[in-house]
Amino acid sequence: MKWMTPRTGGLALLAALVLLLPLGMVNNYWYEVAIQVGLNAIVCIGLNLLIGYAGQISLGHAGFFGLGAYGSAILSTRYGVPPALAIVCTTVAVAFLALLVGRPILRLKGHYLAMATLGMGIIISIVIVTEDKFTGGPDGMSVPALTLFGLEVAGERVWYWVVAAALVITTALALNLIESPMGRALRALNGSEVGARVSGIDATRAKVGVFVLSAVFASIAGSLMAHYSGFITPGKASFFHSIELVAMVVFGGMSSTFGAIIGAMALTLLPQLLTVLKEYEMVVFGGVMVVTMIFFPRGFLPSLMLLLARKRK
Amino acid sequence: MSQVQLRVSALTKTFGGFNAVEDVSFDIAKGKVHSIIGPNGAGKTTMLNMLTGVYEPSRGTVELEGQDITGLAPHALAGRGMARTFQNLQIFFNMSAIENVMVGRHLHECAGWLAAMLRFPRLSAGERESRRESAELMRFLGLDDYIDADADAMPYGALKRLEIARALAGKPKILLLDEPAAGLNATETREINALIMKLAHSGITVVLVEHDMHLVMDVSDHIVVLDYGRKLCDGSAQMVRNDPRVIEAYLGSEEFTPC
Repeated sequence: MKWMTPRTGGLALLAALVLLLPLGMVNNYWYEVAIQVGLNAIVCIGLNLLIGYAGQISLGHAGFFGLGAYGSAILSTRYGVPPALAIVCTTVAVAFLALLVGRPILRLKGHYLAMATLGMGIIISIVIVTEDKFTGGPDGMSVPALTLFGLEVAGERVWYWVVAAALVITTALALNLIESPMGRALRALNGSEVGARVSGIDATRAKVGVFVLSAVFASIAGSLMAHYSGFITPGKASFFHSIELVAMVVFGGMSSTFGAIIGAMALTLLPQLLTVLKEYEMVVFGGVMVVTMIFFPRGFLPSLMLLLARKRK
Repeated sequence: MSQVQLRVSALTKTFGGFNAVEDVSFDIAKGKVHSIIGPNGAGKTTMLNMLTGVYEPSRGTVELEGQDITGLAPHALAGRGMARTFQNLQIFFNMSAIENVMVGRHLHECAGWLAAMLRFPRLSAGERESRRESAELMRFLGLDDYIDADADAMPYGALKRLEIARALAGKPKILLLDEPAAGLNATETREINALIMKLAHSGITVVLVEHDMHLVMDVSDHIVVLDYGRKLCDGSAQMVRNDPRVIEAYLGSEEFTPC
């Protein structure tokens, strides 16, 4: 039986990496960064399904991340809902909202869709900042700890395993989806929308479906982030974070799930590494981005694979 | 004419006051080859786009086997057995050749989101079946060499056949081909000719839009001639060939031909 496909092999590699990583992490700072990478990667995997595979842009996904964080925070702090249940409720609510918003705006294409999603993200961000009765406004709000099966999830090391598990599951779901009829339908929409539609694909349904799915991934990552850090501010729901997320997807390589993970890793780690450069940090960061896109135009991972494939020939 | 499968009645498409197709009516019989011909800009592709739901008709009706299907979305029409190819190819260049054909089977596949993400066993079985049937279809169209190829690495003639394979993968009742011979050499055109005959024999109705008159006259049971968006005439190849109005539309009126 052929079990070592790129799908299963890649997933096994990711799982091994996630399992072995703690051996090399000497203090809590490393765990903190790894958790940050993991949460960003979960959002990027979903966003990549939308942007990379289905070819639909979103400049507002930080909004869903923010809704996940604040939804979970508000339910558990102000209404006393147990955090685990709060995450579930928030996810369902965000899915419903994405469905509601997605139907009208996914009729738009290209730049117009970019503008509409941008507007959506900004509205969410403004609501979070101004509804300070619920959200604490720009000062942020504190969030109670997550309890799973009666145990409190606390400390970087425990959270590492929660996020790692979530990342591996998300990756598996995304890989499965792409290698299915639905995944082919999404890629077909990217290749030729009219070709896909006459082949029997309901374009609106497929686009709205993947939009909702990517919003759900972002929302879950947001909820986890909220309970992990114990305190949230509106920054993570901002327009800039939306752009950061898209940059991660493009940098790592569009239409590659592992590329999205690598993009999230690179763009989360790079600023940490560059802090030694002090005031030149952002200049070098921008420079690295530009150079990467020139030499790896398809994004890091797909370009690398292409290079290796050519070498082998 | 024998059994009417598709009835087009007074179909009209208006683009900002200009009638690209105006009041065109004709019947299409099951299992026959029908051609829509006419000079450039006569409205042939617009007609095809209306029949497959890419454009919504401005007026008029289309009936498939007695049911009104006017204005249905392309995927809904695909579900009722209409498949098509495009004059300017609409291949999924971001996918492999066989995946292009597998997309054509979309309506026959198990396509739920949850089933896909959790990879239910019946989905895996369906995938194997889909791949096998698609490969078979590719071989039927002489695409044996491209089964594992990426679509963007295929030559033009093969891509045209790949698009036909994708259309056939949906097991259509009616196949609409928009200029299948355009850009092909004589040998490839002969292959398309033989293919159309074979499909009609197997009971699939073919609607052909084509400029290659040898091909049209050779394969068609029935021809509709359009000119400036209106139907000039329709009938058998013999009838159409000898109709003075058709000759005028193609060659210009006799008064203007120099002696």
